Amino acid sequence: MASKAIPFGPAATFEYISTKKDELVGWARKFSLFPYPFVTACCAMEFMAVSSTPYDTDRFGAALPRFSPRQSDLLMVVGTVTHKQAPILKKVYEQMCEPKWVMAFGACATSGGFYQNYAALQGIDKIIPVDIYIPGCPPRPETVIDGIMKLQDRIARSKHPILTKNF
Amino acid sequence: MSPSEVLDRVQERLAPLVSESSFSHAMLVLVLPPDRLLDLVQVLKVEFQFDLFLDVTAVDWPGQQPRFEVVYHFYSTQHRVRLRVKTRVPEEDPGVASLVSLYGSAAYMERECHDMYGIAFRGNPDLRPILLYEGFVGHPLRKDYPKDREQPLVPYRT
Repeated sequence: MASKAIPFGPAATFEYISTKKDELVGWARKFSLFPYPFVTACCAMEFMAVSSTPYDTDRFGAALPRFSPRQSDLLMVVGTVTHKQAPILKKVYEQMCEPKWVMAFGACATSGGFYQNYAALQGIDKIIPVDIYIPGCPPRPETVIDGIMKLQDRIARSKHPILTKNF
Repeated sequence: MSPSEVLDRVQERLAPLVSESSFSHAMLVLVLPPDRLLDLVQVLKVEFQFDLFLDVTAVDWPGQQPRFEVVYHFYSTQHRVRLRVKTRVPEEDPGVASLVSLYGSAAYMERECHDMYGIAFRGNPDLRPILLYEGFVGHPLRKDYPKDREQPLVPYRT
């Protein structure tokens, strides 16, 4: 009976695992996304809904908003960005440390949405590179979660050089 | 005095000064030449207690002469009655006297109107852009401003 027992104690702990460096770093990074919410418009309500209890982005390791770009690695641009605001967005993006990802949350951040006038920037990808676009006006929380998961997949699958020209 | 009595008295008193007075949705509308604006508003403020400056905006009538209509709204907190004043200015010289000397709150609203329509409020000490930004060319709410003309501050990525 004792011979069939599950091993327990110091003898059962593993001493090494084998994996690839990129997989390990990617796995760590995808579950520690610290978002910086650049929230400008009505999409903010959806952002709050998806962040808080009923949908809870914390389940994906993407819940702790850092209100300093220097501490965050996911820039969530939530809402319309005007030409007058564009220099601020650019500055926030440039202050973020590598590695960093950008999410365009909602129709306005993606493409300008239904605004086509003197004031509205026609999508934030005119001034900064965007990794993931969330459609909808505003997006359903499920859409946002889907976007976060797709971004996490991409982070997990991508190369993670420890030294880059930016870092 | 009831609101309608106030408006009757305003109409009676100002009839010689205005070029047109009528009612639109129970609101008295006075139309007058721009050079009489300051005097008339002073009368409204001092004699009829129109103490609250609600808004100033403009309407662009392309093809008409004069092209711009500057529209003011006033409110009397004592009589609880509103009043609209309109004056028309031509495209070549879209200028009208500033009401800053009578209402301090006019300063920012005139700045906005100057941003959007290019109305020059003479006597307003500060007509820098308030909603637009330095370097913006033109006046976006004029009908001849192209709807998709952008003036970006950050160069676009290529």
